[in-house]
Amino acid sequence: MSEPAILKLENLGVTFPNHPVFADLNLTIRQGEFWSIVGKNGVGKTTLMRAILHQLRPTTGKVTYLPNANSVKIGYVPQFRNIDSDYPLTIKDFVGLNLTGWKWPWLSRKEHAEIDHILAETGLTKLAKRPIGQASGGERQKAYLAQALVESPNLLILDESTASLDPVTKTELLDLVIELNQRLHLTVLFVTHDIPMARKYSSQYLMLTPDGVEQGPISGLTQAKVWEGEKNV
Amino acid sequence: MFSYEFMRNAFAAGTIIAIICGIMGVFVIARNMSFLTHTLSEIGFSGAAFGVFAGWAPLNGMLLFTVISSVIVGQLSARSERREAATSAISALFIGLGILFLSLANKNASYATSILFGSVIGISASDVRQMLWLSVLVLLVVFVIYRFLKFDSFDHTGARVKGLWTNTLSITFLVLVALSVSVAAQIVGSLLIFILLTLPAATAKYFAHTVGGMMTLAVGLALIGVWAGLTLSYVTNYPVSFFIAAIEAVFYFLALGWQKLQTAE
Ligand SMILES: Nc1ncnc2c1ncn2[C@@H]1O[C@H](COP(=O)(O)OP(=O)(O)OP(=O)(O)O)[C@@H](O)[C@H]1O
Ligand SMILES: [Mg+2]
Repeated sequence: MSEPAILKLENLGVTFPNHPVFADLNLTIRQGEFWSIVGKNGVGKTTLMRAILHQLRPTTGKVTYLPNANSVKIGYVPQFRNIDSDYPLTIKDFVGLNLTGWKWPWLSRKEHAEIDHILAETGLTKLAKRPIGQASGGERQKAYLAQALVESPNLLILDESTASLDPVTKTELLDLVIELNQRLHLTVLFVTHDIPMARKYSSQYLMLTPDGVEQGPISGLTQAKVWEGEKNV
Repeated sequence: MFSYEFMRNAFAAGTIIAIICGIMGVFVIARNMSFLTHTLSEIGFSGAAFGVFAGWAPLNGMLLFTVISSVIVGQLSARSERREAATSAISALFIGLGILFLSLANKNASYATSILFGSVIGISASDVRQMLWLSVLVLLVVFVIYRFLKFDSFDHTGARVKGLWTNTLSITFLVLVALSVSVAAQIVGSLLIFILLTLPAATAKYFAHTVGGMMTLAVGLALIGVWAGLTLSYVTNYPVSFFIAAIEAVFYFLALGWQKLQTAE
């Protein structure tokens, strides 16, 4: 029996003024699936993620969280972030920012433990006290991932989070993600241009092209197909 | 010097101001709002001038103007590209209005100077009480919305992704800044207000790496500046804002130099 669906996109379409991005997108995402979202620059991957996050009102169709609106908790690692070199907070404090709510200003002992736990899982324990402005690109990506994970989401969206990483770090990061995916049934949407990585880690793919979308089990995604899709402009 | 009531009042007021500016300053710096803070203080000048013209306490005129304009600015500049141009236009308008109100009120130039540059002798015990409850109000709101404000200030992208009510937060914060500006202007004057709201926090950023740490350090630096400034001003008879400005600027440049040395190693 298949896992329950947690996210349903129906006839989803987004059009910016005079600029259709995608249309008629139908997609059901089930708990525990690991989707790779591929497609050339500017085709609308980030836009789709923002629609899924309800940050952007779709022009047509809708995005539904299942079984109800409160049952999906999303952790999102966005493609871009403004953190300059004199950004003051330590990695630990940055990760802790995500623990919001109507609570005391200071973190409880339990919250400290949660942060320390996620820092350990992402391999950041030794760097916890380093100001994030002084961390390397890869260390920052790990910190962003840790921040997204600290609230125990059940859907994780990675928007090209591995693009600037070296092969070893990239594998480390995705190994962690797939481990959470398997152990906790964390559902993952992984936006990437890296087809071998997509094939290695994901179970399904969604390819956006200017002419439409294609989806299926990951075995159907080949580099040749991606090139084909990207040619049809 | 504490045998004079006005000096006791000035120290009490200065202490309140340093605490509120240190804490609010950390968020002002994190949100890149120095420029807007400067504009709010110019608007505060205009409000104080209006207060004088209307026969109110200058502080009440300031509160009225800064709070209303912070809501307007917040609405106008939800998009950051527009913010600088919009705030420049608004600030030009308000400085002009301030000058107009002062001339309509038929007050002499020294009155304008004390609004612009602050003064020590004018602070009464009831002024101190009003500043105290306004500051308590500001700090209380910060306390309640602290986790949200912290996330939005130090990681706006992350906060938006999480669907925090970031627009409401920015307007709320602007109103809090407006209140702080009005309070702090009582001593350092509206022109130099942004010194206390920005420099201690900007300095703290180089030494402390947690939000709490930055607040503590910023409050400490602001307190040193205010207390030393008041004392020096009492002894020398030179304006207090000069000393505060000089002390805070020296701290800031020392911090920059220290940072340079650190990174050069
Ligand atoms: N807010 C916006 N207003 C108008 N057009 C937009 C907006 N955001 C994105 N676009 C346009 O929509 C298209 C899709 O953008 P999007 O960022 O989703 O692409 P992407 O697939 O994520 O690309 P990349 O691989 O470069 O990240 C682009 O042509 C972009 O210029
Ligand atoms: Mg993108």
